Amino acid sequence: MSRVVTATLLALLAAAPASAQVLNELPRASNGRPDLSGVWQTINTAHWNLEPHTSAYPVLLELGAQFAVPPGPGVVVGGEIPYLPEARAERDRRFENRLIDDPEGKCFMGGVPRSTYMPYPFQILQNERDVVIYYQFATAVRRIFVDGKDEAPLDSWMGWSNGRWDGDTFVVDVSGLNGLTWLDRAGNYASGNARITERYTPLGPNHLQYEATIDDSTVFSRPWTIRMPLYRIVDQDFRVLEFKCEPYAEEKIYGHLRKPGTAPPAGASSQ
Amino acid sequence: MKSRTWSLAAGVVAGLAAAIAPLCAQAQKQRTPWGDPDISGAYSEFTTAPLERDPSLGTKEMFTPEEHAEFAKRRLEQRFDADDTEPGTQEDVHYSMGQFGLSENEGVTSLNLRTSIVTQPKNGRIPPLTAAAAARRDARAAARRGREFDGPEMRSLTERCIIWSSTQPPILPRGYNSNLQIFQSPGYVVIQGEMGDPRIIPTDGRQLPEKLLPQWNGTSVGRWEGETFVVETAGFHPDSAWRNASENMRVTERITRVDEDTLEYEFMVVDPDTWAEPWGGVYPLTALDGLLYEYACTEGNYGMANILSGARVAEKEAAAQ
Repeated sequence: MSRVVTATLLALLAAAPASAQVLNELPRASNGRPDLSGVWQTINTAHWNLEPHTSAYPVLLELGAQFAVPPGPGVVVGGEIPYLPEARAERDRRFENRLIDDPEGKCFMGGVPRSTYMPYPFQILQNERDVVIYYQFATAVRRIFVDGKDEAPLDSWMGWSNGRWDGDTFVVDVSGLNGLTWLDRAGNYASGNARITERYTPLGPNHLQYEATIDDSTVFSRPWTIRMPLYRIVDQDFRVLEFKCEPYAEEKIYGHLRKPGTAPPAGASSQ
Repeated sequence: MKSRTWSLAAGVVAGLAAAIAPLCAQAQKQRTPWGDPDISGAYSEFTTAPLERDPSLGTKEMFTPEEHAEFAKRRLEQRFDADDTEPGTQEDVHYSMGQFGLSENEGVTSLNLRTSIVTQPKNGRIPPLTAAAAARRDARAAARRGREFDGPEMRSLTERCIIWSSTQPPILPRGYNSNLQIFQSPGYVVIQGEMGDPRIIPTDGRQLPEKLLPQWNGTSVGRWEGETFVVETAGFHPDSAWRNASENMRVTERITRVDEDTLEYEFMVVDPDTWAEPWGGVYPLTALDGLLYEYACTEGNYGMANILSGARVAEKEAAAQ
């Protein structure tokens, strides 16, 4: 009887599409390291606020409930970001001005670590030499130099990333960030002095534990860490589609320079 | 345009290999650890061949080395040696394309004995637009006429940081920053232009879906044919309009390693709505000793603000007169 069941199961398994991307064991590269390749995304509200937060009004009341801030338990280990007093005041000022000042609204690259938990997918590709990450939002790209020792020749939006393997954990040291990015939609931020240490640890074939430790003594009283799982997008033949956000930010950035009497495209110029 | 750094040298030396090793040279069997031909690296798209052939050359495909030397010297002089610009013109105030290592007379430029990048049709010239394509082009131009500076949406896709002709398929060199990076991992090849978006091309055997969502760069699938990486791309955004192409354009690219420093890049464009016959060409990609760095276009697009505010000032001045 059990043999019949086994045979049936085998037949069912054989009938499953070969390209189904739900994996059953930890994928490994030919060098034995975990293979982080795939499309990943968070399922949380960290992009709204890294700290624990209840629900809140949308930034414009006319936007209504579908753009209200959903509640979340936060992703900061220990609960609260250890700002220096004046830096906390700066965070609060940014929160007040978030509609105008949040670089996300301008279609600017999200920086590190924010790009990881923005509500968009990103794709990791990995070979024996390097790891690259392609983020859907603002088409940001990071090349991570495995065992790289070089420093950033100049600051940039996505910084300079050197990676190394610590057992099955991929550790990435990020520096050379330009300090113009934010950490979330609530005004949380770090400066251009920040050094970020990311840790990507497989929890199973379809989940990674993501940690980022933010070390910036000009803004925080001590290094602090965020932690959250990343989920593999398992849809068959999934592609990270283009999200060209430039057109949607143009009126916000350049509207005041528009010829008087002309109107922006009525949401129909593209896509 | 005051810089006269005639530093052809670096480019010429680097490009010499490409000229000496004709395209039929034996490809070196460089392999990735998982067995695919290795085409990864950073490359310059600059080459001395013009896109289209001088009509006086007819169907002559290749220069002799002597003819080429004279042609290349004249071409670079014409393009970048404009010392005597007229005061008050854009050329006079614009930074020199020959500065900052951006352009083909500063960076790596392959010597190329071809008389044109375009090799099909045989006259080395892009076929004329069909009547339908010309009508589309004229309608677009008419819609902009007199409104070119009204708002950001009236500016070109490049000024708006949406897409570059040097990075969307087919890839063609343009005035500056014509560099690209190829990254390979098992099942994928990524082609990324310095100023453009990465094309993450699956090589796992999947076909282009029949129904494609329009994408500015199209949707690409790849496969290996022996030593050659073949990419098929379709599903373009109607506003991409590469050289007035329609959204039905299909592009085939074939990339083959020629030697340690050189890839051959071959392309073919099919779009009966725009050109009565397919057309295509070939040129070398030359290895760069370096990396591609982040190109933050939107984040630093002072040009757009300056263009629009300049137009507003001009309108005020005109009204005051």
